Amino acid sequence: MKLTTLNNGAEYARNRTAQDLHGSKFDYSGIIFRISLLIGLGLGILILGAVLWDVIGDGTGYLFNRGWDFITGNASSRASSYGIFEGLRGTFWIGVFVIVFSFPLGIGAAIYLEEYARDTRLTRFIELNIRNLAGVPSVVYGVLGLAIFVRALDGFYPNSIEKHLGSTTAAAGSTLAILVLPIVIITAAEAIRAVPQSLREGGFGVGATKWEVIRHHVLPYAAPGIFTGTLLSLARALGEAAPLILVGGVLGSLGPKSSLFEIEQLGERFTAMPLMITQLAKKPAFIGDWNSATAGAILVLLVVVIFANLVAILLRNHYEKKRS
Amino acid sequence: MNPEITDMKSTNNELSLHNDQKDKTLNRIFEVDDLNVYYDDFRAIRDITINVFANEITAFIGPSGCGKTTMLRSFNRMNDLIPSAKITGNLSYRGANLYDKKVDPVEVRRRIGMVFQKPNPFPKSIYDNVAYGPKIAGNVKKGKEMDNLVETSLKKAALWDEVKDRLKSSALGMSGGQQQRLCIARAIATNPDVVLMDEPCSALDPIATGKIEELMTQLKEEYTILIVTHNMQQAARVSDKTAFFSVEVEEESDSRTGILVEIGPTEKIFSNPEDIRTENYITGRFG
Amino acid sequence: MSGSVKRNRKEKVVRVGLTVTAFLSLLVSILIVLSLVFEAWTFIEGISLGWLWGDQWAPPFNEYDLKTPIVGSLIVTGIAMVVAGPIGLASAVYLSEYAKPKTRKWLKPILEVLAGIPSVVLGFFALRWVTPNIVQQINPDAPGFTLAAAGIGVGILTIPLIASVSEDALAAVPTSLREASAGLGAKRVTTTIKITIPAAISGLVAAFIIGISRAIGETMVVFLAAGGGGNQAQFTASVFDSGTVVTAAMAATTAPSDRLSEGVALQSLYFLGLFLFVITLLLNLVADRFVRRVRLVY
Ligand SMILES: Nc1ncnc2c1ncn2[C@@H]1O[C@H](COP(=O)(O)OP(=O)(O)OP(=O)(O)O)[C@@H](O)[C@H]1O
Ligand SMILES: [Mg+2]
Repeated sequence: MKLTTLNNGAEYARNRTAQDLHGSKFDYSGIIFRISLLIGLGLGILILGAVLWDVIGDGTGYLFNRGWDFITGNASSRASSYGIFEGLRGTFWIGVFVIVFSFPLGIGAAIYLEEYARDTRLTRFIELNIRNLAGVPSVVYGVLGLAIFVRALDGFYPNSIEKHLGSTTAAAGSTLAILVLPIVIITAAEAIRAVPQSLREGGFGVGATKWEVIRHHVLPYAAPGIFTGTLLSLARALGEAAPLILVGGVLGSLGPKSSLFEIEQLGERFTAMPLMITQLAKKPAFIGDWNSATAGAILVLLVVVIFANLVAILLRNHYEKKRS
Repeated sequence: MNPEITDMKSTNNELSLHNDQKDKTLNRIFEVDDLNVYYDDFRAIRDITINVFANEITAFIGPSGCGKTTMLRSFNRMNDLIPSAKITGNLSYRGANLYDKKVDPVEVRRRIGMVFQKPNPFPKSIYDNVAYGPKIAGNVKKGKEMDNLVETSLKKAALWDEVKDRLKSSALGMSGGQQQRLCIARAIATNPDVVLMDEPCSALDPIATGKIEELMTQLKEEYTILIVTHNMQQAARVSDKTAFFSVEVEEESDSRTGILVEIGPTEKIFSNPEDIRTENYITGRFG
Repeated sequence: MSGSVKRNRKEKVVRVGLTVTAFLSLLVSILIVLSLVFEAWTFIEGISLGWLWGDQWAPPFNEYDLKTPIVGSLIVTGIAMVVAGPIGLASAVYLSEYAKPKTRKWLKPILEVLAGIPSVVLGFFALRWVTPNIVQQINPDAPGFTLAAAGIGVGILTIPLIASVSEDALAAVPTSLREASAGLGAKRVTTTIKITIPAAISGLVAAFIIGISRAIGETMVVFLAAGGGGNQAQFTASVFDSGTVVTAAMAATTAPSDRLSEGVALQSLYFLGLFLFVITLLLNLVADRFVRRVRLVY
């Protein structure tokens, strides 16, 4: 084909190539493919957006009507006077457990794996094990919580008539702290791995010990990444319901109880926001105002969880961009 | 001040010496006129004017970052794939404006193939790598016809003897030099008019480099070749024309931009360049 | 000199402390396995094997028909993947191959934030919105709790996960391959379908497997939307019936309203837990293999 072009003179070649280059009129397959991708993406975002919209629409109106009452009140059998304080309290304490136990343990493990551990079979097994733990369904952690914490704490009161004394805030907090531990480790390890080697060499070069290098050079650099990971883990823990059901959370009122910060409740029975939502969602939809009350409770949980997610992701993107 | 213009004259003269009987405009494959390429606000190359002639090897040389790759990728609209890249000026291919709104870049790339700096075979079999281009163009039938095309392409790329017994095995299992020759075979299997090569030997050892250089001199019988190289001996050995690019730093704004210093017959550029900057670069006095 | 002794001691303490934290994860795994295996064994010993085959999952009545939760899980996971697979993959391909960098810059975070929606929220949505507006539109006779609604809910939940793992896999394909293909005159569709997707296939398969694993392990959506919240579920193979799945059956055993006291009935929970653990572990190991293969090639 090329040879003929060459032999047929300049004018011919020019017209030919000019026309050929225009290609076929309309790229059907390309357009169809692109549109189907857009439909997929659009559906994905639309559906998830609809979930939020549905809840936010219902929930805001309800929250406005109820005001502080809804936040500070206890659970009740009537939608008009229902309050989520007990759920908030439980969720607060779960957050405390995650922060106090998962964060230091997780970050510590990540430092060990990235900075100290040599690349042995054992190390690789631990890493594989952590990746797998991150994929274990949350309900299985509930089983662990039930078997270990609830049983163990039950043991403190062997002669009690009341059952499930071990189903306490402490058991719930510990269970969720373990649940997010692998996520904290994985994200922190990623952040530490991203620290440039030159930074460490600089530290060693001036005679710092390993731990000093880690403290003064590695951790400050990895801090934003670690913080992002911990925030995502916290959000995950606050939204979990299934393990709490297994650990024996209460789907109802705990009765008039102490304030938010009283430490005694660690040894008492618990509920949490996701459990309250579960309970509310199971109420008959069109009697009373249960539907809106559920939306209201969800909205409160979403504000916390989505906010944590948003901050974490924006922060990560900010630092990623700054450093690339 | 305008070395391009003087040089163009000399190239035309040079050409008419060899090819008196052929039509000059026909042999002019590319005419580049006042071409500028920007990445966002950054002007990577400025006011480039070059002509490229059929069945010649044109080499682009110059210091790192002077826009050789940018220039080369303008010839088959590869820069379209970079969202931030913008182009002004004129670039015509066999007389047709390559950047005309109606031009389909896909059609352009079917005629103007490319070989990249790092060998980049597809993670497919050797056979499928070579057959990919003709297959998507849809002008070669599967089976015997395709087998023949794959064989001829691999032979042209001087690779056939080494791989004829393992056409179905993965291309990723080949050596770097073999991979690069496979990429050349892949590019010529679509029967292009022009082959663009961006530092095709930079990842290869001297023996593999020698093979590819030999290959280029054979291929120019059929194709027009544009090659970017950092290896001055290579440019001197294989090319007919050499274009020297350089970086110009603007004093006030400290903005860097690539310019064409001069283009001419390779012999002349290497023995008797017009511009002092070319001479400095070639003799190694300038990085 | 004494300073350096102190420094060295500190160094050692830190090292030992960190080592302990790393080994904690092993301890957690061991505890999970031990508690599951031990209690599941007690369960098997406490029942007669015939109880595992019948027509309903009803621990209070010592009826433990295994196929009820397992078929339920298969149905829900199947529907979820039909929803999430194409949508997640399409989103990923669009984001990585078509979207302009600017568009991707705000679309990706949105998807990631949506991934953080707690599953109770989707359970509520599936029950109150998907059931009347989708399931009962398709089949007007469908009851208020269906496996179909649960499946769709779980699918929605899985979309961001599949999209983000798939996107990672596509992003790992070197640009040089796309350029090579474009340089041979391939259209973007052709490059995407013939080069990029095949090159990323291991990672995409991994995304799909991780999605399945996530869907099987999801509890709350089914608990709320499929009627799996009770301690009694009839065997069904119809998507328009109420039913239960492995996870929801576990949660139901301990759910406060019908909480079972100690005994064989409660131990059924550990048996299901072990089953779930093994299945998801296998899926995750396989996915891990696939992900690793992507890294090996490039
Ligand atoms: N995709 C891009 N986005 C922004 N700037 C770019 C991009 N590609 C190249 N540049 C810039 O354009 C200028 C010219 O780059 P180019 O790659 O064309 O140089 P080159 O002469 O090929 O260099 P080398 O010899 O190192 O390959 C450089 O300053 C480079 O930083
Ligand atoms: Mg270059």
